[in-house]
This record gives sequence, structure tokens and C-alpha cells, in this order.
Amino acid sequence: MLAVRDLAVRFGGVAALDGISFEVRPGTITSVIGPNGAGKTTAFNAITGYLLPARGEIAWEGTALTGLRPSAIAKRGIVRTFQRTSVFPALSVTDNVRIGLHLSGTAGVLEVLLGRRRLRGEEARLARRADELVELVGLGHRRREIASELPYGEQRLVELAVALAAGPRLLLLDEPGAGMTTPEKDVTSALIRKIRDRGTTVLLVEHDMRMVMGISDTVIVLNHGRVIAEGPPTAIQTHPEVIRAYLGSTGA
Amino acid sequence: MTPARIALAAVLLTLPVWLADAYFLHVVIMAGIFGVLALSLNLLLGYTGQLSLGHAAFFGIGAYTSALLALRLEWSFWAALPCAAAAAGLAGWVIGRLALKLRGAYFVLVTISFAGVISLVSVNWMDLTNGPLGLPGVPAPALGPWSLRAKGAYYYLVLAAVALAYLVCRRLVRSRVGRALLALRENEALAESVGVDVTHYLVVAAVVSAALAGMAGSLYAHYTRFVSPEVFLFTYTVTMVIMVVAGGKGTLAGPLVGAVIFTVLPEALRAATSWQWQMLAYGVLLVLLVFFLPRGVVPALAALRPRP
Repeated sequence: MLAVRDLAVRFGGVAALDGISFEVRPGTITSVIGPNGAGKTTAFNAITGYLLPARGEIAWEGTALTGLRPSAIAKRGIVRTFQRTSVFPALSVTDNVRIGLHLSGTAGVLEVLLGRRRLRGEEARLARRADELVELVGLGHRRREIASELPYGEQRLVELAVALAAGPRLLLLDEPGAGMTTPEKDVTSALIRKIRDRGTTVLLVEHDMRMVMGISDTVIVLNHGRVIAEGPPTAIQTHPEVIRAYLGSTGA
Repeated sequence: MTPARIALAAVLLTLPVWLADAYFLHVVIMAGIFGVLALSLNLLLGYTGQLSLGHAAFFGIGAYTSALLALRLEWSFWAALPCAAAAAGLAGWVIGRLALKLRGAYFVLVTISFAGVISLVSVNWMDLTNGPLGLPGVPAPALGPWSLRAKGAYYYLVLAAVALAYLVCRRLVRSRVGRALLALRENEALAESVGVDVTHYLVVAAVVSAALAGMAGSLYAHYTRFVSPEVFLFTYTVTMVIMVVAGGKGTLAGPLVGAVIFTVLPEALRAATSWQWQMLAYGVLLVLLVFFLPRGVVPALAALRPRP
């Protein structure tokens, strides 16, 4: 379980996150929503080690993550995607995913230089696994193509496959539906459910309310760096403070 | 092996037989030494995407280490060579650690400064390096009773070194380690997010790259049999960069092709024109090459070949 307690991040004098606390239960899909600038991506960056929080604790399965490098956090089973499409641009789809499988491999520099026979078996295993993941996100027909030459929606699927390749137990998705067409979003939603059903906990940031309400078990609403509501989608949709945050209020 | 590769191997293995002219062999030997250097630079520039503009430092450290061990301690070439590679590799480790968080222009600056410092040391530490006078009389390698002093024999030594450097690069690049290097070049933040300890692999690349350059330095020292602070000249680094970029950075064969072109080209121009025109023609050819083949010769050739 991921537990965030009193997390605060400042940029200069501005509090991007002003002491937020929430938990993500294992085996669920939890969404973080909120207006632009509410601190959603900042929270992601702090959890995954890309930002050092000013205050607060992030605990994963009982151990503190604060201060660890992103790669060390990934080794503990927390993997993220990025808001802006992020692939290894000049490499093929398969090679993208094979990099994602880095943690599944064990080959060290010396072994590689000595050309140990054992490595061939490992390489073959990783190649098979990469193919499976490419199939899983539905890009089997694209496996040899260069990632940056794919249409936008498919690049996001490559990103997802790369993240899955790292074998996450907690997957953080930063706006997985951004820039996708409605049918693509439906495919992605189904894929996220499938990922959850295979035992990976999912935490996501998303603007598309139809998508959020359709797949989330729990929704957390951020506004001005604070948690203003938390609960199942049905409760969030009617929550007065959430409606006020989204529609803007004249009285406050 | 394809017929083309067999033919290439046959040509390389029999070269001194039909190219007995000492001058031509000299050019080929220098192309081989620069080939090792370009392969080594390519590991950093082509695969991790980091430009080392101090690469001559690793070359020079290798040359001095090997020359000093042979002259002062009377070590044989075969013992001095691995030590030269190790000393340069150690320097590469230092650079890798220093540049841990530095990328792009900052990485370039660290490498330039490092080369500058090492060069100053070579000039001023008179007791060790003999300063600007350099170290003459570096012994030629011997294999049992046979001296490898003759160019024909030295050619095979250099050829073996090129083959070794190529093999090292090929194994690294086509492995989990190589993919981690590419990940650093392509998208560092994404690489970290899937657990690639990017800084670790940058240090690995710097060490292997520097060690190979040190090996080239040792070969150079025992070939010219004279080492002076000139080995640290910036020109050497620039030549290596040109070879890698023109040949095709991030490809295995590119640096070797570049090394051959840019060792043979100046010599060919020297034969074809007077010295005033030589550098001008070199410059024009370089501009044309970069203009028409921006990704390098090898990727351009690979694009011509139909893919299965």
C-alpha cells in the first residue's frame, strides 16, 4: 500500500502541494483529479523521486521512499508514465519495451564483455517477453517501427508497454488519455482495467471525467495543493466542494 | 558470414603482402589506431549521447603510462599495454564520477578541462614526463625472439587491437548494458522511471571508452616510439569526433569507416595538391559530407539496402 502523509512541495515561494495525505489501496484504480495547477503532476513527481518534497512522508509497503532516486523507486515496484508523451524516440517499439525490461535482466558489464553463454538464454527470454507486452497493448503490427514515427495515440500505448515491462506493482499514469480520440480512450480504459485485474495497483491523473468515473474505484480531488474530497466516483460527482472547484465560485 | 565480409577479412589479413610500401602501411596503421579511438569515442558520443571533448587525454594517459613503464621499469609491451588501458580507464572513472549529474554542454566542459589539466601535468612534471622534450626511445614490442618493429608486423598488432575494440563495443552495444546506454541518450527521465540507474551506466561507458582510448595510446607510443605532450593536442580529439560523426555515430562500423576516410583523405590530398590547398580541400570535403550525409556514411549506406 502507498501512504502519502502531509506531503508538501514548494517552488520558490509557491506551495504547489500544501500538505496532502491519501492512501492507495492495493488492487484498486485510484484517480487524482483537480483543476489545472492543483498539484496532481507535482504529487506524481514527488512520489516517484523526480522532486524532493519540502515536507511529509511517502511510504510504500511500510518503507519510506523520500529521498530515493527514481531508478531506486522503480526497483521497489513503483513505475510511472509522463504527462507529455515519453518514449525512446529513435528506437523501434520492441527496443523501447526491451529497455523497459531492464530490471528483468541481470547481465552485468563483465559478463557481457566475456560473452557468457548464459546471456543468450536471457536475451531470448527478454525478447519473448517484449513481444508479449507489445501484443498486450495491441501494437503487434507495429513492433519494428520507430517509436517517434507512430501516431500520437499509439505512442502512448508504447509508453504504457514500457512502463508495464518494468513489472510495476504500483503503476502511476499521468494523463493516459491526453490527446487520444474517444475510441482510443475506451481501449486505454479497458487496458487499465486489465492491468488492475492482473494485480497491479493503478494511480492515475486524468482530465477526462468520463474516463475517470468509468474506471476508478476511488477518486481523490486536489485543489490549490490540498485534498478537498476523496471517495467513490458516485460520491465525488455530487460533492458540493468538487462542483465548486470545477465550476469556480463567486462567493469564496 | 556473407561473401562481402569474407572478402573484407581476406583483404585485411593479407594487406601487408600486397601493400608492402612503408608509407602506405604507415597510413593504414594510423587509420587502425584512430579506428580504436573512434570506436571508443563512439561509445560515449554515439550511444550515451554525451560528447567527450577531452578524449585525447585518455589517449595521452595510455601513451605516457605505456612509455614510462617500458622506459623506467623496463616492462615489456605486453605488460604495459593492459596497464595503459587500466590507467586510462581509471581516469575515465574519475571523469564519469565528476560528470555524474552533468549533461550536454557541462559534460563537454568537464572533459575539456580534464584534458587541459592532464596536458599541463605532462608539460610541467619534468621528473616524470621529461616535459616538452618528451620521452624518446620507447621500445618496439617483441613477440618472443621477433621484434614487431617492422611496419608489416605492427600492422597485425594494430589489426588485432581494432578487432578487440570492435568486439568489446559490439558485445556491449547488443546487450542489456547497451540498451541502458541508449536509454540514457534517448530519454533519461523515462530510463530512470523503468529502473535504469543512468549514472551507473554513464560511468561504465566512460570507463570502457577511456580504457580503449588508453589501449590506442599504448599502441601509438610503441609505434612512433616517442611520446610528448603533443599526444594531448585538441586536434586529436577533433579528428576523433569528425571520424565518428562522419562515419555514423551510434553505429558499430561507422567509426571505423570514418577513421579510414579521415586518415587516408589528408594523405591523398597531400599527394594531389600543394599544401596551401590541402587543408582547404579537406574542409570543403568535410562540409559536403556533413551536408549531404548528416547521419554519416554508414547509416546512409544502410538506408540504400532494402530491408527484409
